[in-house]
Amino acid sequence: MATKSLKARHNELAEKNEQLKILNGGIFEEGELPYFKDKIGLTGHFPLRPKKLEIFQINLGYMCNQVCEHCHVDAGPDRKEIMTRETMQYCLEVIRNTGAHTLDLTGGAPEMNPDFRWFVEEAAKAGIQDFIVRSNLTIIRANKKYHDLPEFFKKHNVHVVSSMPHYTRGKTDKQRGDGVFDKSIKALQELNAVGYGLPDSNLKLDLVYNPSGAFLPGDQVAMERDFKKALKEDFDIQFHNLFAITNLPISRFLDYLIASDNYEDYMYALVEAYNPMAVENVMCTNTISVSWDGWLYDCDFNQMLDLKVDSKIKHIKDYNEDILNDRDIIISQHCYGCTAGAGSSCQGTVA
Amino acid sequence: MAKSYYDPADLRKFGKITEWSEEIGTKFFDYYGKVFEEGALSAREKSLIALAVAHVVKCPYCIDAYTKDGLQKGITKEEMMEAVHAGAAIESGATLVHGVQMMNKYDKLSM
Ligand code: SF4
Ligand code: SF4
Repeated sequence: MATKSLKARHNELAEKNEQLKILNGGIFEEGELPYFKDKIGLTGHFPLRPKKLEIFQINLGYMCNQVCEHCHVDAGPDRKEIMTRETMQYCLEVIRNTGAHTLDLTGGAPEMNPDFRWFVEEAAKAGIQDFIVRSNLTIIRANKKYHDLPEFFKKHNVHVVSSMPHYTRGKTDKQRGDGVFDKSIKALQELNAVGYGLPDSNLKLDLVYNPSGAFLPGDQVAMERDFKKALKEDFDIQFHNLFAITNLPISRFLDYLIASDNYEDYMYALVEAYNPMAVENVMCTNTISVSWDGWLYDCDFNQMLDLKVDSKIKHIKDYNEDILNDRDIIISQHCYGCTAGAGSSCQGTVA
Repeated sequence: MAKSYYDPADLRKFGKITEWSEEIGTKFFDYYGKVFEEGALSAREKSLIALAVAHVVKCPYCIDAYTKDGLQKGITKEEMMEAVHAGAAIESGATLVHGVQMMNKYDKLSM
């Protein structure tokens, strides 16, 4: 397991252009595999356009207590980019006026932003009803100051979405680091203890599963059944839904694919699993992603590739929903990760 | 022509066998797909059976395919290795049980 981000290691792939060069070149340039644009063109989906904006996804910063090997954010303790209160003020202004009903907070570990709680409280006042926080679970156990997060989440009826690569220790720790499994289990038990994830509870606790390696996730329903059974039997843990998510070939996961000589096979697998039905509902069609420094993106993945929205409006401080919604979504070959099999968004399968 | 009998990249081309015999090729893939759907056995159980058989028939393509399939289905490496042993035990059992035939023949031919 790496202990530093690609950025801190001065890895070539920390340079976004290098990633795009790889995604646009090689087997795609040689015509062995079709470009995403041509593939979606076959069903009349090019250019890809947004539908009604529903989710406002804000990345509160790339700082994280973990350094997961597959991380598409290249997050870690060495990343200092986090959203300031000033940028949050711009976001709140937009929240007061947007048609979006859901605020989706991500990172890094969003809870590590010192203004995280302030922001959630202000956003609640500004009228947000549905909060999603993408919590890596271990943060709850990482430091005393985070121990009461389950209570805080409960107070604001935050929908907690957490990653859990497997229900066994070995696989989890391999992907996310030593000790992650035990801490995650403890955190899940604490969330259950305040009422999260229980069968009739409206405190929503969902898990995200993404494969720990160069393979695609299996059937979401079957995985959910296996996870539920194992976590209940072994640790008396309950949760609501499991979302099976495909790893997109960017950032640290791309680095892993190339270093392990799996890149071409993985791209073949993604293209082969292409499902035209999934294109309709890819995340970028109902979400706007905001980076820690206020720039706007079609999705969190495009944010990591520094592909800002193709619109006159590029920054939160100039936000105008009508102008912004009238844009073409920027795509590249990483998008095949969103359309493989049953498809993938932060809400799991989409087709 | 390739210089070796097996090329990992050939696995991706498996579907192409229909090009030279479309009807039965398609029938085969329909059948194949159906077999591995959830049924009285779960897709997970069938994947483990396929992995065991892949080893018994010593097909490198199938071993690659069903190791990956197992990972996709969340099957652990311990489960996979036990499945391989189950296949190997049947295979060696099948060899050894013929020892009875050898014993019978020996007895028959001996005074
Ligand atoms: S917990 Fe999430 S953000 Fe943090 S390193 Fe792991 S994948 Fe990246
Ligand atoms: S990677 Fe982003 S832009 Fe591409 S399909 Fe997925 S959500 Fe849309």
